[in-house]
Amino acid sequence: MKLREVKEILDADVIVGAEKLEIEVKTAFGADLMSDVLAFAKSGSLLLTGLTNAQVIKTAAARNIAAIILVRGKQPSSEAINMAKELQIPILATKYILFETAGILYNKGIVGCLKKVESDSLYK
Amino acid sequence: MVVWNKLKITVHTAETENYLYKNSFDVEGGNFNNAGAVSTQVKSILKNIGLPNNVIRKAAIACYESEINIVSYARQGVINLIVTPKTVEFDIADEGPGIPDIELAMEQGYSTADRQIREMGFGAGMGLYNIKCSSDIFNLTSEVDKGTFLKIIINIP
Amino acid sequence: MKLQEVKKILNAEVIVGEEKLDMEVKTAFGADLMSDVLAFAKAGSLLLTGLTNSQVIRIAHVMDIAAIILVRGKKPPTETINLAKEFKIPVLTTKYILFETAGRLYTKGIVGCLEQVEDHSAHG
Repeated sequence: MKLREVKEILDADVIVGAEKLEIEVKTAFGADLMSDVLAFAKSGSLLLTGLTNAQVIKTAAARNIAAIILVRGKQPSSEAINMAKELQIPILATKYILFETAGILYNKGIVGCLKKVESDSLYK
Repeated sequence: MVVWNKLKITVHTAETENYLYKNSFDVEGGNFNNAGAVSTQVKSILKNIGLPNNVIRKAAIACYESEINIVSYARQGVINLIVTPKTVEFDIADEGPGIPDIELAMEQGYSTADRQIREMGFGAGMGLYNIKCSSDIFNLTSEVDKGTFLKIIINIP
Repeated sequence: MKLQEVKKILNAEVIVGEEKLDMEVKTAFGADLMSDVLAFAKAGSLLLTGLTNSQVIRIAHVMDIAAIILVRGKKPPTETINLAKEFKIPVLTTKYILFETAGRLYTKGIVGCLEQVEDHSAHG
């Protein structure tokens, strides 16, 4: 699915990365705990989160996240916006809560970037 | 206990003269194991008084975030609860570093929380904002290196 | 949907509250940020989270959460288990990540405890 379609189905605002809406995404990871994003998120995934600080962008960059979807009507800090521009990571913002956002995307065919956490899934 | 003199201040309004319930709860700074215990107790008290669910919900949110703030940032603090026929009021005071820039601290997403606080799931810069949204009256004052005083009133419809 | 069915859909393990699997649940909220749980979660909902400390139980109790689903294979510490028993809040753990957990429950009819966060939907 193109990021443009993600934007449409989530009725999201594009905060950073309007020029990158043609990227293709297939998987997602949702968390507000950045240590879990570091541990489990996969390269090329969407990151669904309610955290809005620059730490999110740094973590997304470290894990090669395709785009960040801010949920629960959150707006990123200006520091986060600047860093996202610099690192060229798109940020979209939706008013849907994380549960709804995940449900809606899942119904449209986006899958978890890993399904289950097994004892050997850390940092892979 | 000896605490910042503002800890003893309770702001009396016309309403608080005829209170239904009044109590004071100590909160220990840095004790994350017990964080939330006072709020849990406060919620039961409000439920027993028979207040509407919406009022209990707002009071619980305001009390919980305030308690977490004391545990996270202050040395010690106190939460005074007064319930009147028309209001739930909290006078919350702590002895600690205080807040240098209240406007900045009120901003959504702004936080000075350390790793320990963040790993507990707090420190995302939503606490004071949550308290304000839950309150009908929200009055925050602070003195750097002394402490912080917060007056919260939630109206009972 | 009964909690028993939630357990089945998520291949979850019941850590606390085996005797409460007959309770009925319709809505859910997913977050690792406790301030967001306080602000937005609604009474009677499932709470999906990757946090395992005792704050989760205290907040669930204060907000009248029906049951806690720990995601990403998280196991609660003893202190959390004891508090959950004291407050009689069921705790289930699933290996699915939050995105997958939400997607699976959503597909089976569980909805968000609120859909969207509007300017004044918090704290209402």
